[in-house]
Amino acid sequence: MSTLTQNENRTVNGIAADQRGYLSPPVNISETRDGYVLEAEMPGVSKDGLEVTLEDNELTIIGRRPSDVEGAELVYRESRPRDFKRVFELDPAIDAARITAKIEQGILRMDLPKAERVKPRKITVA
Amino acid sequence: MKLIRRQTPDLWNWSPLGRLTTVRDEINRLFDSTFGDFGRGTELFNGWTPALDLYEDKDNLTVKAELPGLKREEIDISVQDGTLVISGERKYEETSKDSEPYRSERFFGRFHRTVALPKPVLSDKARAAYKDGILTVVLPKTEEAKPKHIEVKVD
Repeated sequence: MSTLTQNENRTVNGIAADQRGYLSPPVNISETRDGYVLEAEMPGVSKDGLEVTLEDNELTIIGRRPSDVEGAELVYRESRPRDFKRVFELDPAIDAARITAKIEQGILRMDLPKAERVKPRKITVA
Repeated sequence: MKLIRRQTPDLWNWSPLGRLTTVRDEINRLFDSTFGDFGRGTELFNGWTPALDLYEDKDNLTVKAELPGLKREEIDISVQDGTLVISGERKYEETSKDSEPYRSERFFGRFHRTVALPKPVLSDKARAAYKDGILTVVLPKTEEAKPKHIEVKVD
């Protein structure tokens, strides 16, 4: 336990130790005819700590959460006190302008609708 | 969980050992898609075991559990004989009828954690809060468990 706290206080190349590594949040992605739904688990992250950016086809999700300094002594820890980060390459069929995101009880839910022309269409034969 | 099969063109493996390579590739891919982040590997065998932290200050014991995506009613907390039990069930909701799971890493189902409390607590004064997917249970210590300051008398 003591080595854990040593690592957290040490800086590496001037960067604080807890920024050194991110946790990759588990995600569920499902696909429908109209688009994708992405759910990422980031316990401890509120709307203020959430950063979602889209550059070209790359979606980056960063969830920052307060590293728990309680005024109390840590007796036992199983959680990993790091922020979350995950990068996704999006299907080019996704309409970037209509992407929405919402976070509730530590679950980020994103709706990524497909562009209209990509949805399966019936073509009537004259 | 649906496994995504990748089509390997037959031309790639045209060799006497070709067959064996594809089987090995398939098995590798099976492990890649199932295990993901290896740090969580052990959890797969136990079902869902949410992470718990235990803190102590002079008045309370505090237990924090990472339980994202639940409703308050889905969490059960009880204290008995110096043991705290947190349990519940996270139900899997289908977002819509025609949705196909593309990637499935989250756990669903029942969870059950037991914490042996290192100090006696007043269970009827315990309080719990659930915010941003973190459950915080504050258990006030009994008077005997609080640190006592002992005066040293010097004659």
